[in-house]
Amino acid sequence: MSGVGLEKDTGPAPEAAGAAGALLELRDLHVCYGAIEALKGISLTVAEGEVVALLGANGAGKSTTLKAASGMLAPRTGEVLLRGERVDGIKSHELVHFGIGHVPEGRRVFARMSVLENLRMGAYRLRRPDPDDLDRVFSLFPVLARRRKQVSGTLSGGEQQMLAIGRALMGKPELLLLDEPSMGLAPLIVRQIFEILKEINAQGTTLLLVEQNASQALRLADRGYVLETGTVVMADAAPALLSDPRIRAAYLGEVPE
Amino acid sequence: MSGVPATAARTPLSAAARLRKGKWYEQPRWRRLGALLALAVLMAQVTGEQGVRNDLFHALEQNFKGGGVGVWVGIAVAVWLIREFFDDAVARGVSRLRERAGGPARTVRATSGRLFGRRGYRWGALGALLLVLIVLPLTVTTFWQQVLVDQIGVYVMLAVGLNVVIGWAGMLDLGFIAFFAIGAYSSAYWTGGLPVEPPVELNNFLVIPVAVVTCLVAGVLLGAPTLRLRGDYLAIVTLGFHEIVYLVAKNYAEFTGGTRGANGLDRFSLDLGFWSYDWTLDPVPYYWIQLGFVVVIIVLFLRLEHSRVGRAWTAIREDEVAAAATGVNTVRFKLLAFAIGASTSGVAGVIYASKQAFVNPEQFVVLFSILALSYVVFGGMGSVPGVLVGTAFLVWLPQFLRDRVDPQDRYMYLGALLVIMMIYRPQGLLPSRRRQRELRMAGEGVSGADALGARPGGERG
Repeated sequence: MSGVGLEKDTGPAPEAAGAAGALLELRDLHVCYGAIEALKGISLTVAEGEVVALLGANGAGKSTTLKAASGMLAPRTGEVLLRGERVDGIKSHELVHFGIGHVPEGRRVFARMSVLENLRMGAYRLRRPDPDDLDRVFSLFPVLARRRKQVSGTLSGGEQQMLAIGRALMGKPELLLLDEPSMGLAPLIVRQIFEILKEINAQGTTLLLVEQNASQALRLADRGYVLETGTVVMADAAPALLSDPRIRAAYLGEVPE
Repeated sequence: MSGVPATAARTPLSAAARLRKGKWYEQPRWRRLGALLALAVLMAQVTGEQGVRNDLFHALEQNFKGGGVGVWVGIAVAVWLIREFFDDAVARGVSRLRERAGGPARTVRATSGRLFGRRGYRWGALGALLLVLIVLPLTVTTFWQQVLVDQIGVYVMLAVGLNVVIGWAGMLDLGFIAFFAIGAYSSAYWTGGLPVEPPVELNNFLVIPVAVVTCLVAGVLLGAPTLRLRGDYLAIVTLGFHEIVYLVAKNYAEFTGGTRGANGLDRFSLDLGFWSYDWTLDPVPYYWIQLGFVVVIIVLFLRLEHSRVGRAWTAIREDEVAAAATGVNTVRFKLLAFAIGASTSGVAGVIYASKQAFVNPEQFVVLFSILALSYVVFGGMGSVPGVLVGTAFLVWLPQFLRDRVDPQDRYMYLGALLVIMMIYRPQGLLPSRRRQRELRMAGEGVSGADALGARPGGERG
């Protein structure tokens, strides 16, 4: 694995990816919090094996989109399709059984359980957990192996994020939804986590992540969607977005010429 | 960690904190003596004679004439002397004791490890304990037999059930006695004791499964719409539920017999054809029924604790969103905890009604819910042995004090004990490992509130 970007070039146009091979597809999703409409018709697709990033400012609806995809929120209208089958309205704890892993915002590790207990809890959906899964998580996150007995609330933020990702992986997801994995973490740790995410993707897990850290996210992602006030304003291959002057201005803090 | 002192005064910051907070021990000695003496006088008044309406100063006079003041002042002076002049010796003694026990937190585990360490020993000890418990009522006076059945037995069952709801699933339930009432009234109804005739009259033993089902249904009915709430909010709702049950029992006289309740209920009876037995006024046979149920319930619950169900409860207690994200059906497991607790309470209610042979609403006031809750917390939330011992001890204590202090003051001592306990040993008498860790971490500021002070509605980003 080389450093920057998986050289998948601009590939198929984002919309085209939706047709056949889509693992996850959101169709015209509307989600409301009371009277406030947070999502005003979001459509996106995630193909098998891809990494897709959702970008946008605070309040753009990124997390809401993710929550709708993971069943934590029920959309008012619109559809969520997993391999072409509708899964909207299915509760999040059941969606886990469909192979959707969810790393919630703010990590939310079981703070008073040990690292090992957290990981075991992650395999809750499996009647007979595979011991190889634990080894796999520990090889991805060696620091967790070293701290397996430690109470997870006493881990650092970065380690907790790793634990949250590891816990989700223990459920053997095909699609991993990540809500701001870089939140509140030092740049070095963020880079480390994104390296690991790339490795996870290379091992065959599809990723959909929500990020404020646009440059990191786009370097990892194959494609990206930019959200603004509940709608998709831009969708393109990641390298194209990364070089787009508007994106650079809005999210990468560059002054447009 | 030998712990408590020492850490202060190391940095300038802690010195400042000490100035701000710990003022009283910076006061001169005589002032501390004065404070203790004032406290002694207050205690003499509190524990002394009752007031009399037509002689306002009667109590004051009596308390200063009697020996009470002397005793309390003696205690105060002794405390003062020890604290002022022998403090170092005491501290040394305490730290030596702690070292020997391997730290305060480990004491319990170490001893219980020694007791129940190897399998054989463990079963032997449990068997011996059970035997002692079976024979126990035969060795005590009738008064204590009554206490054992009417109070200790009943509350132990309640507390074990409540422990599932609070200790394991982390839901604060203040209306627990409502299910106890439902169980008791079920017993009255199905044995034909209420003004309304049941379709078939049942033996009390057969009422138990019926009451369990009734309480399960009631638990689910209450639970289903309210379990999205957490912490304080759920507590208020359960309190409201209790009031509803209580007021229905009190006011729906055509069905429940109103405030007078129902008398002359059937007691337990067993007729196996070749052998029959009727439970009568003698409390001991009821005790054996209770003991039997408690043992069965505990065996079932302990199996649950370490099953997938128990793990799901723990996860829910920790973080509901994360639990759902790992595939735990939070609503179902919360309902399950609620229903299990409710049905345990229902069984206790049936036995209680049958033993008393009467029911009336005043047996089910909210105070008993709160007492049951405090027993659970005192014993150690989430720990079955803790809950058993804690409940038995706290129910025993006021009865024990009956002849030793003014009977009206008994619960004051109980209250004082609870306060002291919560300050110095908040994890309870025989805490569960997890609860211990939770409290320690809460003390260190990790992960905010403890399980019962959780966010409302679970899900808030």
